[in-house]
Amino acid sequence: MSHSASHADSHGHGSHGHGDHAKYPFLAHHFDTPNQQFESGKLGMWVFLATEVLFFGALFVMYAILRFKDPQVFSYAANYLDTILGGINTCVLILSSLTMAIGVRAAQTNKKGLLSLCLALTLAGAIGFLVIKYFEYTHKFHLNLKWGQAFYQPVTEADAAAAKVEAKPVENPVLAISSPNPSAGASTVSLASPPPADKTAIAAPKMGPDGVATTEMVEAVDKPVHAAHPEGPHLLDPDMPANTHRFFAIYYIMTGLHGIHVVIGVGVIGWLLVGSLRGRYSSDYYTPVDLVGLYWHVVDLVWIFLFPLFYLIH
Amino acid sequence: MTTLDTRPIHDEVPGNYLTFRRGILSWIFTLDHKRIGVMYLVAVLVSFFVGGVMALLVRTKLLFPGEVEWMTFDQYNKAFTLHGAIMVFLVIIPSIPAALGNFVLPIMLGAKDVAFPRLNLFSFYLWIMGAICAVYSLIAGGFDTGWTFYTPYSSQFSTGGTIPVLVGVFILGFSSIFTGVNFVVTIHKLRPPGMTWFRMPLFLWALYATALIQILATPVLGITVALLVVERAFNIGIFDPVMGGDPVLFQHFFWFYSHPAVYIMILPGMGIISEIIAVHSHRHIFGFRFIAFSSIAIAIFSFLVWGHHMFTSGQSPLMNVLFSAITFSVAIPSAVKVFNWLATLYKGSISLNTAMWYGLSFIFLFTIGGLTGIPLAVLSTDIHLHDTYFVVAHFHYVMMGSALIAMIGGLHHWWPKMTGRMFNETWGKIGCALVFVGFNMTFFTQFMLGSQGMPRRYYMYKPEFQIYHHISTGGSYIMGLGFVITAIYLLHSLFAGRKAPANPWGGASLEWQCTSPPPHDNFSVTPRVGDCYDFSAVSWDEKQQGYVVDVEAHVAAAQSGKGH
Repeated sequence: MSHSASHADSHGHGSHGHGDHAKYPFLAHHFDTPNQQFESGKLGMWVFLATEVLFFGALFVMYAILRFKDPQVFSYAANYLDTILGGINTCVLILSSLTMAIGVRAAQTNKKGLLSLCLALTLAGAIGFLVIKYFEYTHKFHLNLKWGQAFYQPVTEADAAAAKVEAKPVENPVLAISSPNPSAGASTVSLASPPPADKTAIAAPKMGPDGVATTEMVEAVDKPVHAAHPEGPHLLDPDMPANTHRFFAIYYIMTGLHGIHVVIGVGVIGWLLVGSLRGRYSSDYYTPVDLVGLYWHVVDLVWIFLFPLFYLIH
Repeated sequence: MTTLDTRPIHDEVPGNYLTFRRGILSWIFTLDHKRIGVMYLVAVLVSFFVGGVMALLVRTKLLFPGEVEWMTFDQYNKAFTLHGAIMVFLVIIPSIPAALGNFVLPIMLGAKDVAFPRLNLFSFYLWIMGAICAVYSLIAGGFDTGWTFYTPYSSQFSTGGTIPVLVGVFILGFSSIFTGVNFVVTIHKLRPPGMTWFRMPLFLWALYATALIQILATPVLGITVALLVVERAFNIGIFDPVMGGDPVLFQHFFWFYSHPAVYIMILPGMGIISEIIAVHSHRHIFGFRFIAFSSIAIAIFSFLVWGHHMFTSGQSPLMNVLFSAITFSVAIPSAVKVFNWLATLYKGSISLNTAMWYGLSFIFLFTIGGLTGIPLAVLSTDIHLHDTYFVVAHFHYVMMGSALIAMIGGLHHWWPKMTGRMFNETWGKIGCALVFVGFNMTFFTQFMLGSQGMPRRYYMYKPEFQIYHHISTGGSYIMGLGFVITAIYLLHSLFAGRKAPANPWGGASLEWQCTSPPPHDNFSVTPRVGDCYDFSAVSWDEKQQGYVVDVEAHVAAAQSGKGH
């Protein structure tokens, strides 16, 4: 900690460094030197980023567990992701990280014009990422690649009605889950669909001896209306593994949470850009630029893990 | 709070933190760690009152088995769930770090404030928002999942208030994280010259270890409850077995936070006890480094034992054995602390003040709470004791009998510093005795109930258990009376208490060297740091009716290595 030496040198006992406070208007009252304030901010940001790593870390653990349980789901469902768009987004984020790093350097070396330019480019990258992500999401929604039971349903109410009348209900492997206990007799279980809106209306499940739904329960539920629908190509695919919906659940959760971080990034980088255009940052004081830079690199880093884990598995 | 602010209680000290600025806005927008600590304290104590009323309702209902006229089964389930959730998330977790820690940490350290005062205030308002969510969940239908929110009950069934309370827990988690970030940075970067790591009071070591857990464990809770909200709202099939999900995965995620959270609760309490025992025995703490490092050791171990909550949930036998073994090892740093406190007491000149009564209560209750953890860590006995009143009694001895008793003890220890007033010692001891006796009546009987097979959370019980339930409920009333008396004499002291000297107990750490209440900036000059457990330079001053520290001699003794 370099600050402690300078701290002790510049202020002996009994001094609170009022000189520094007069000289540096940005210096908060409870810090003695600008360096102490900078180092505190930096440590605080690193510690906060540690919490971010744990935040995403739990999701990566969940990803690992789900993939370990159903590896075929992941290798199958990844085909529905657009590797080109994902790849472009990866490049966009890496480039925005580069401009952010150049921007921090520009602030340190007091090049205010370059700082504003770099922040603007970073902001453009962040917004560009979100725009591409928006097209990816809407495309998947269009194909009905959603989470949970919606994954197995036609897109609209009208479609659902049409599908009920027209389509020939096929033996649907989609919702099948294997019974872990062969003696239970039930090899597959299908879900009633659509689910009741009011969850309290769901009857308590009957439990078999092995804790799984019994044969009676399987026969009791309605035949599913997961009919073939042109808007959901996966619904036509008889080779789709069971539980494929979980890939998309975790895909939306992890990329969505990352997307929220990018949105926050847009906000703080925009705030930096405004400050930079007003000349607030200089080689004396660039703490916010440095800290936001750290944040932005971590957001990029999370994506660097997300991209191969979702898009590049086959 | 405004009445506190506008009343000039310390005429001879022109600028203490209470009179520095006036009016309610000066509290709402304050960045002063002392005022934020006081606001946290008020908020936590209000929550403690609500949670306590819930506990008394539950205990009163349990006087009789089965449904009673004034409380349905459903209301009973909601009442004990609310009691647990309030006490854990709104009271015990923020009580010592956010309320007492906020007030004391920068002063003990010799700093003017925490590193990020705005973040500190933001964290307080996050707490308020979380509390509002919890209140809203009651309006929205309440929740009856138990405070653990186990799936699939919480994700598919339960009642309408589940999602609001989960959102509240998520927000409260961030409040806790930001407090932790603040404390870690403050301790690393705001120490004045001379305040080395091994000159730091043990309370700060404990808060540092706590902050590490808050930072590293709480995000996992945040993402877990977020996933549960998504699961409940959209049925995505992560925890729902019908959709191919795994409910035990939720238990792993939940306990990965919530076991370390137990140490978020107890570690700061242990820190307070280290202060109370040393100061009120007027004797140098025994084994400073052992106590300091045992806090860090407990923080590390806390991340490795979560599986002991799931011995009956179908973990692999190998996992069970490993978690059981690591759980035993937590006993080592805990026992190191207890033995060091006892060694500190030995041949000390003990002042049996109210704070010391609480300190001794802690040692007694924590020992029982810790030792009854061993049968729960043993795989074979845990099968019998799992989800019985034995577990309830065990964690109440640790969370309430230890963490909360330490918090109340710390409140008495620093009350003169925070308010500038002395409370009535006689009533203090009566209150402490009632709480101690009532507590043991309430929860020791529950060990007996649990070992005979009474399951936790049940509204129905066998007739032969009724006598235990009667004793337990009677004890809870005695305890409640003790807390009411405590509240009365503490509030009374604000108006009629004797003015507090700067150093009423004879402490040598830095907070006793500034006035009571402290000035806005804590120290007008950078304080000089000695050994905070060296009481050789502390003497009684008749004129001030308090102790004074000869700072020159104190610092000189530390520099020459005396007092160690």
